[in-house]
Amino acid sequence: MSLAISVLLAHPGIEHSSVNRALYSAAIRLEHVNGVDLYAQYPDFRIDVATEQQRLLASDVIVFQFPLFWYSTPSLLKEWQDRVLQYGFAYGQGGNALQGKTLICAVTAGGSENTYCAKGYNHFTLRQLLQPIEQTASLTGMHYLPPFALFSSRETQQEARIRNHVNDYQKLLNALAEQRFNHEAACQLDKLNGRLDELISTTTAEPLKQ
Amino acid sequence: MTYFFIQAVIFLTAAVVMVPIAKKLGLGSVLGYLIAGVLIGPVAGLVGDEAVTIQHFAEFGVVMMLFLVGLELQPAMLWRMKSRLLGLGGLQVLLSSLLLMLIPLWLGLDWQTALAIGMIFSLSSTAIVLQTFNEKGLTRTEGGSNAFSVLLFQDIAVIPMLAFLPLLAIPAFSTSTSEADAAHATFNLAHILPGWAYALTVILGIAAVVVFGHYLSRPLFRFIAQSGLREMFVACALLIVIGIAALMSLIGLSPALGTFLAGVVLANSEFKHELESNIEPFKGILLGLFFITVGAGIDFAVLTENASLIILATAAVIAVKALILAGLARLFSVRGANRWLLSLSLAQAGEFGFVLVSFALANNVLSAELAQLLLLIVALSMFLTPLLFIAYDKLVLPRYHQKSNQQEADTIQHQGKVIIAGIGRFGQIVNRLLVANGVNTVVLDHQAAQVDTMRAIDIHSYFGDATRPDLLHTAGIEEASLLVIAIDNKEAAIKLAHYVKTTYPHVRILARAYDRGHLYQLLDAGADVIQPETYHSALELGMQALKDVGFHPYTALSKRQMFRQLEIEASNALYQEWKENSEGERFGTDYRQLFMQFEDKIRHEMRQEQNRTDQDSDQHWTPPNKGYADKLG
Repeated sequence: MSLAISVLLAHPGIEHSSVNRALYSAAIRLEHVNGVDLYAQYPDFRIDVATEQQRLLASDVIVFQFPLFWYSTPSLLKEWQDRVLQYGFAYGQGGNALQGKTLICAVTAGGSENTYCAKGYNHFTLRQLLQPIEQTASLTGMHYLPPFALFSSRETQQEARIRNHVNDYQKLLNALAEQRFNHEAACQLDKLNGRLDELISTTTAEPLKQ
Repeated sequence: MTYFFIQAVIFLTAAVVMVPIAKKLGLGSVLGYLIAGVLIGPVAGLVGDEAVTIQHFAEFGVVMMLFLVGLELQPAMLWRMKSRLLGLGGLQVLLSSLLLMLIPLWLGLDWQTALAIGMIFSLSSTAIVLQTFNEKGLTRTEGGSNAFSVLLFQDIAVIPMLAFLPLLAIPAFSTSTSEADAAHATFNLAHILPGWAYALTVILGIAAVVVFGHYLSRPLFRFIAQSGLREMFVACALLIVIGIAALMSLIGLSPALGTFLAGVVLANSEFKHELESNIEPFKGILLGLFFITVGAGIDFAVLTENASLIILATAAVIAVKALILAGLARLFSVRGANRWLLSLSLAQAGEFGFVLVSFALANNVLSAELAQLLLLIVALSMFLTPLLFIAYDKLVLPRYHQKSNQQEADTIQHQGKVIIAGIGRFGQIVNRLLVANGVNTVVLDHQAAQVDTMRAIDIHSYFGDATRPDLLHTAGIEEASLLVIAIDNKEAAIKLAHYVKTTYPHVRILARAYDRGHLYQLLDAGADVIQPETYHSALELGMQALKDVGFHPYTALSKRQMFRQLEIEASNALYQEWKENSEGERFGTDYRQLFMQFEDKIRHEMRQEQNRTDQDSDQHWTPPNKGYADKLG
């Protein structure tokens, strides 16, 4: 049985985007993926909490897809977290709706890969910077996967790089849906980039442990 | 006829001169009328015995006043106030009546007379107190609102008192009744019909008032409203009050009781404010006349002979009432300066005292000499009221000043009400939003059919032309914080905005404009916020169109907001141009050129924003330049 994936795209200028638009349209072409463009759905930031909670209940894997803005998500995705992950739904007493689901961030970042380390001008790794989301996953009982990232996203002359990244995205999503993804091995990594071939098996793995 | 004119001139001159002076001195209009009466009566001797005849006529002002009191009494409001009203008000009237009855009893008067005196002094002066509260801004304080509850209860308590007084009649005084009263009595059915038939008549009479108020008044008013003749409404309002008074006298009941009842029945009618504004001037004039005749009837001989008795009695009345109020304030946990305010403000006797005195005299409860004394005591205590307020300001407030600052946080912030003029397509939406959020609105519309439709779907609205000052007054524009102008007539909307802004500068005006010209005219007239009626719906639809031709929803929203912003900037500049070169709705040629310039500017800026790839866009998110990251770090 394959798992249901929801991709939540948060990009305030998707028409200007080269990478995220390609990623998103590739993702929603897949059979088990449902996508929502949050800025199209809620341009005035009035999020329909009930609809969004239903979306979460119906998914096994949740993907936050966004460009990294000031080491965090675009504001609408933060608003989405604040409103949708309610007490009694996502956490706290009776709040176990998200237990056992998987959360992963598909991020594009302008800085180059080597700047996201202690010695680079960004000083932290991407996984470290996204720790608030990782901890949110922990509190809500979700399996957190390291970010699937594209660095140097505003570089010129990068058509081939983007094409590869889009293909990897589809590969990742398919593997997650078909449960061919090695969660335990992935957990140790700083990011999934370049390691997908090791993490994805060709046959269906045994079901996830709770 | 000449004689009548001269009489009228004397009364009116006295009133016109004295009432404004008294108001300026902080004495209130009631005392102004009394002084006017004293001047033309005992002092100048311009009027004599005929004042008594005029007084009988002027008493009708009291009947009208009670009709208006009834109109103001909405069952829901009474229910909300029930504990204060019955507890504080009821105990005040009861205890004051009983304690003040003890003094005349002790002086050896009959118990009936003593009880009447107790009731007369238990009432305070609604007119003076509420007016002073308004002037000093004390209405919304804890002391002020409690005083209002007490006054309201007193106004209602007058009705049973008027019904009760005749039962206290003492036969020995009957010689003093005038022939007019005797003649009056023969018209009373009570003397003609047998007991059962009379009882039946009384029940039928009251039923008639209720049935009329509930079922017949509405079609009648609507019929008159359709005629569009203002004076017919005035005539009709008078007809109702006088008709009910006549019916009540005929069946031997108090006319005041009948009109009060009619007022209560009509309190929920959509024609309430229209009725109020029509009766109000008559009531004012007649009550004024009544107080003048009371003043004219004051006998200075009685005053000089009994000066010490009158002064002592006045002091006793004020002291007893203040003490009872202070005790009740403690019981109802009214604290600090507010307790003093409640006690001091209501310690005087009031205008209803005059009414009860003359009524008790006519019904043989009091002797003529005693009535004179009582009138003087009531008047003197009213004269002293401004002094009590001064004492409150100078002696009480400074002591509590520091404390009251801390207490203010506890008092509930009063939310001013909103008057909505016009309940058509536009006003309706505004009203629904406000009412759904618990905001107190008063809705006015000059089309009876529209008011009907609104009432059918449970939207409370009143019939009446909101551009008429008197109607605005009865709708409560003084206490309103907002006026929403959503009437169809463009010219009338401008006039209304101008009138309200100049007369009630504290009221914020929110207006609906038809188009740009109308908007500028409203702005000129002083409206604070103006919304063109179709602008936002057109923008909304325009945004939808942008989405449908392929714009991303978030971009469409940003474009819409940007367009609005540019429009506002353009509009302000265009307004200046319009002000200098246009007349009314006509736009000058310069204006037209400027308008076209701004259209170009809007187009230009929107396009530029769309093509922009650099960083300085403040409207919409655009990505940084390609390769920007290489220059960081």
